[in-house]
Amino acid sequence: MTVNIATAVPDLELRGSSAGAAIRLSGVEKSFGGHQVLRGIDLEIAQGQFVAIVGRSGCGKSTLLRLLAGLDTPTGGSIAVDGATKGWGKRVRLMFQEPRLLPWQRIVRNVEVGLSHAPGSRERQRQAEAALAQVGLAGRETGWPSVLSGGQKQRVALARALVSDPAILALDEPLGALDALTRIEMQALIEQVWLDRGFTALVVTHDVSEAVALADRILLLDAGQVAMDVAIDLPRPRRHGDPEAAAIEGRILERLLTR
Amino acid sequence: MKRVLPWLFPAALLVVWQAGVSAGWIDSQTLPAPSAVGEAFLNLARSGELWNDIAVSSARAAAGFAVGGGIGFALGMLNGLSSLSEKLTDTTLQMLRNIPHLALIPLVILWFGIGEEAKLFLVALGVFFPIYVNTLHGVRSVDPHLLEMARAYGMSRRAVFWQVVFPGALPSIFVGLRYGLGIMWLTLIVAETISASSGIGFMAMNAREFLMVDVVIVSILIYAALGKLADSIARLLERLCLRWNPTYAEV
Repeated sequence: MTVNIATAVPDLELRGSSAGAAIRLSGVEKSFGGHQVLRGIDLEIAQGQFVAIVGRSGCGKSTLLRLLAGLDTPTGGSIAVDGATKGWGKRVRLMFQEPRLLPWQRIVRNVEVGLSHAPGSRERQRQAEAALAQVGLAGRETGWPSVLSGGQKQRVALARALVSDPAILALDEPLGALDALTRIEMQALIEQVWLDRGFTALVVTHDVSEAVALADRILLLDAGQVAMDVAIDLPRPRRHGDPEAAAIEGRILERLLTR
Repeated sequence: MKRVLPWLFPAALLVVWQAGVSAGWIDSQTLPAPSAVGEAFLNLARSGELWNDIAVSSARAAAGFAVGGGIGFALGMLNGLSSLSEKLTDTTLQMLRNIPHLALIPLVILWFGIGEEAKLFLVALGVFFPIYVNTLHGVRSVDPHLLEMARAYGMSRRAVFWQVVFPGALPSIFVGLRYGLGIMWLTLIVAETISASSGIGFMAMNAREFLMVDVVIVSILIYAALGKLADSIARLLERLCLRWNPTYAEV
């Protein structure tokens, strides 16, 4: 029993400490050197929603995510998070396809990178350790990233994204480089932390079945515009091979394949 | 046994050398026996002359290295981080790099005479380029993905430098450091041999005038030992600083 209490402490502490944020995009455009990548996107994303963005390569899905993560600024239109059009960058955390850990920092220090403006170093370390425990890597704090497997590195990257308790978590094909089994485990982990914490999740993926497995809503981007907006009301946790899910997946794939 | 094997050949060479001189096959005026060299070393060490010369040479090496390496490091960082600074200076530096610094010796003697400044200048110049080039390369080769991550996580410019750029460039900087140390001793040997009134090079040239071949050999060996020592310290530092890199771990 004591073991249970001990492991439950970080979870209880982290659960629900921040709710997600609502996002509104109005007429968002982005062009790079005359080439228009996003052509006027209007979108409302409810607080705490899990949204998957799918589309062919070059449809602008990664660009959209980078705008939402504050890495780029739109060339037209506006983005508002909980009604605020400025200063929301700190409430968003981005996770990349590669773990992008600092190889010269111990694992726990890598997680602390996620806490840019936090209290004293002991408190930072405590929060980083709690985040590592949540992704199932307790006890690995003092190792170097180079000893971890690909999936474990992505877990550290997830802990780094979660440690500051973001209102929005943006994931750019976070599982694209993982093997099939590790992918399934990571999908379950991402779903679990999302259920625990209630942030708004945006995941860009080229894998439609992954999108159907995770998301409340799938946006299909084509030529810089939202071509399809599908709500998915299937109960969680979703089983692989569910016929309803397969039907939705089929519809989206069909739209993707017609040009 | 495995530890002994690499030393077998050098030891045999020493024995043959000693035996060759004792048997009269090798003229002791051309190449004195190892025992005679050892004796010369002990005599020099006892008189204190040797330590004084080592100290003088090491101080010259260190000063030249600090000046040349410091400027090379600073410019390498600056040009790696600022494209304006790079556009302004890199082409010039790359052109100057093609001049062998030892070719400047006649000019340096004209400018500075044969004083300390001449040796400092030559060593600094020789050390500058490998450190500059490798620091610049190190900053350039920092993973852009990590820089983007740092930006996405709102790191300040200072934090980006100390947490991403500098550690990322460090392996390359160490390559420059070790290369620069080699050039440092080489330059100093040449500079001290041409003109000096103290230091190991002076000791060797002085001994040459009096045909003391054993002392000449002692100074050559001292140069070799100092070079090796500097490289070992650099390697130790490298292993300490790059522990995170599996290539250097647990060596």
